[in-house]
Amino acid sequence: MEFTAIYYLIPALIMFCAGVYGFITRKNMIAMLISLELMLNAVDINFVVFNRFLFPEAMEGMFFTLFAIAIAAAETALAIAIIINIYRSNKSVDVRTLNEMKF
Amino acid sequence: MESTLPILILAIPLAMFLILGIAGCKMSHKLAAALGIAGMGTTLVLSYITALTYFFAPEFTGADGLREQLTVFNWEWLAFTKNLVISLGFFLDPISAMMLIVITTISFMVHLYSLGYMEGERGFQRYYAFLSLFSFSMLGLVVATNIFQMYIFWELVGASSYLLIGFYYRLHSAVAASKKAFIVTRFADLGFLIGILVLSYYTQTFDFVKMTSDPSWVLESTGGATFMGASVLTWALVLIFTGGMGKSAMMPLHIWLPDAMEGPTPVSALIHAATMVVAGVFLVARMFPVYMLEGSATMIIVVVGALTAFYAAMVACAQIDIKRILAFSTISQIAFMMVALGVASAGHGEVSHHGLGYMASMFHLFTHAMFKALLFLGAGALIHAVHSNNYTAMGGLRKYMPITHWTFLIGCLAIAGIPPFSGFFSKDEILAACYAWSPYIGVWMSMVAALTAFYMFRMYYLIFWWNEPHYHHAPHDAPVSMSIPLIFLAAVSCVAGFIPFGHFVTWNRMPYDIHIELPVAISSVVIALVAIAIARHMYIKENPLPAKMKAALPRLWDWCHHRFYWDELYQFITHRIIFNGICRPLAWFDRHIIDGTMDSFATVTNKASDAIRPLQSGQVQMYVWYYLIGALLLAGVTAVCVL
Repeated sequence: MEFTAIYYLIPALIMFCAGVYGFITRKNMIAMLISLELMLNAVDINFVVFNRFLFPEAMEGMFFTLFAIAIAAAETALAIAIIINIYRSNKSVDVRTLNEMKF
Repeated sequence: MESTLPILILAIPLAMFLILGIAGCKMSHKLAAALGIAGMGTTLVLSYITALTYFFAPEFTGADGLREQLTVFNWEWLAFTKNLVISLGFFLDPISAMMLIVITTISFMVHLYSLGYMEGERGFQRYYAFLSLFSFSMLGLVVATNIFQMYIFWELVGASSYLLIGFYYRLHSAVAASKKAFIVTRFADLGFLIGILVLSYYTQTFDFVKMTSDPSWVLESTGGATFMGASVLTWALVLIFTGGMGKSAMMPLHIWLPDAMEGPTPVSALIHAATMVVAGVFLVARMFPVYMLEGSATMIIVVVGALTAFYAAMVACAQIDIKRILAFSTISQIAFMMVALGVASAGHGEVSHHGLGYMASMFHLFTHAMFKALLFLGAGALIHAVHSNNYTAMGGLRKYMPITHWTFLIGCLAIAGIPPFSGFFSKDEILAACYAWSPYIGVWMSMVAALTAFYMFRMYYLIFWWNEPHYHHAPHDAPVSMSIPLIFLAAVSCVAGFIPFGHFVTWNRMPYDIHIELPVAISSVVIALVAIAIARHMYIKENPLPAKMKAALPRLWDWCHHRFYWDELYQFITHRIIFNGICRPLAWFDRHIIDGTMDSFATVTNKASDAIRPLQSGQVQMYVWYYLIGALLLAGVTAVCVL
């Protein structure tokens, strides 16, 4: 059995949809953050897979993924810092309580 | 001719207006008056030098006695097309030189007189500033080289007249009068402007010299075009005359002039008797060679003038306010000048009489300016003394105010046409021209002349004789600054008739020898004397005769006293017909249709934003939903389009 691109892309799609679903439905901001990471990783997989199968001699996709992982780590740290601050003021990490920025 | 003096003639009054207008409030009354009088005095001297040089220096008169027309300078100001250029310049010909003398003389006298009359008034400096502005505009008007420059200054005199009528702006009546004067003349000026545009459209020029030196060319340039059954040239000339009717208070646009007497009396003397109101006559005289071609236009001038002269004379017989009597007398006398211009056209009477009416009209303009200014200034002195405009508060004043009495009497004799006072000579020429044109118009104008003599002496006897009312403190003659102008103008009125006017001002600029037409002269003097005798009999001392006359003809007296209800007619037309019939529907349209459209735009926008407001809920996950749906839709649309 030969692994073609589709074997990698389907799980990545599932991961992405799970991420979207989680981001929309979960009310806990930490869980939303995890869903966000899930979406990011799905995109990373796409990068690597397309690089590997469409342009095997090039390395751009790999490097892009490495950068994305690094930036995602930094971003997560930042997001968690924000969530901690929100918890300090709101005593909750429920996203529904954050409705000050409305009309 | 050097252009320095002419520029200064215009520049000095303008500079005085700016100085007094801007810095006047920081000045003392004395300084402001001194500046104004000094400025006007300088202008007076310069104008006299210019005009007398023009009249007497041999280089401006050709070998055959033909006077040159002199364009001293002419700066191009606005160029529309190659031919249609608006210039600003200084034009010297017999009538503008004569007007320079008239305007500066009267203006200087009024400046001097106002020193006493306006003493201690609030806004004294402003008054002098406006007087300077008026003098500047009027001088600019008479020396205009082209009809558009004339129009510009025409509006400027209208504006300064507005400012001066409304000088006592705390008085409601003065404010109303100034508005009335401005609106009525503005209305007439619309006709003037259209006339200018029509004329310049066909002739491709604004220039007076071009138009008047060869008037048949003007006629040809219209190419026989007609509009509503009359030739375009007739229309243009009648419309231009409409502007003159407004300024010169011809019927039916005369209604502003009696009300304009709300202004200070010296202003009435300067603007509403001597100078600005004759601008209409001057305009027709300026365009005279063109008018001469158009029999129908001059016919209209004669008819309007004759009707106005009679109407105003009738009304003047039944007024109580002495300034109003003088105002109506002014209307009547200006109508005399208009009629004279109308009857001056060629083709009537003997050849030697061609253009006699033109000379007579200008002569009467000159003499009338002097004696009417004198009468107004005299009336000012009377009002100053008894603090009322009505003759009912006066009577027997000859003992108290001898200077005013004698000068006023000279003015009355001059306007009534008694020799040797100036009015006799000019009025006699007008009547001679009228008789030469048509005996009917001659008889008509003689009748008006009789009425003139009657109402002037009615006023004279009621003021200076009649019965003496009880004065709280004895009235006395005005101070020196007010008496000097009176005496000077009275002296001018005595001798001005002997000026050989025909040698200076004629329509074709060729000298003309005035000769008194004995039948006309004798008959008009006799008529005037009879009218004066009747006035003397009725009014020399208190008697029941006037009251009886009034009771015998109550309807006539009522109509005359109420000025034949012209004001009421205008009131009816404007308030009932125009306001109700046109303005109210327009206001409704504005409020409901135009405003309504704009309002509904605002309402729709408001409602729509209210409706979509809840989308901005602040819930982050809702936004993700919207984003997701949007992205999927876009993806779907793209997929449909691509596949």
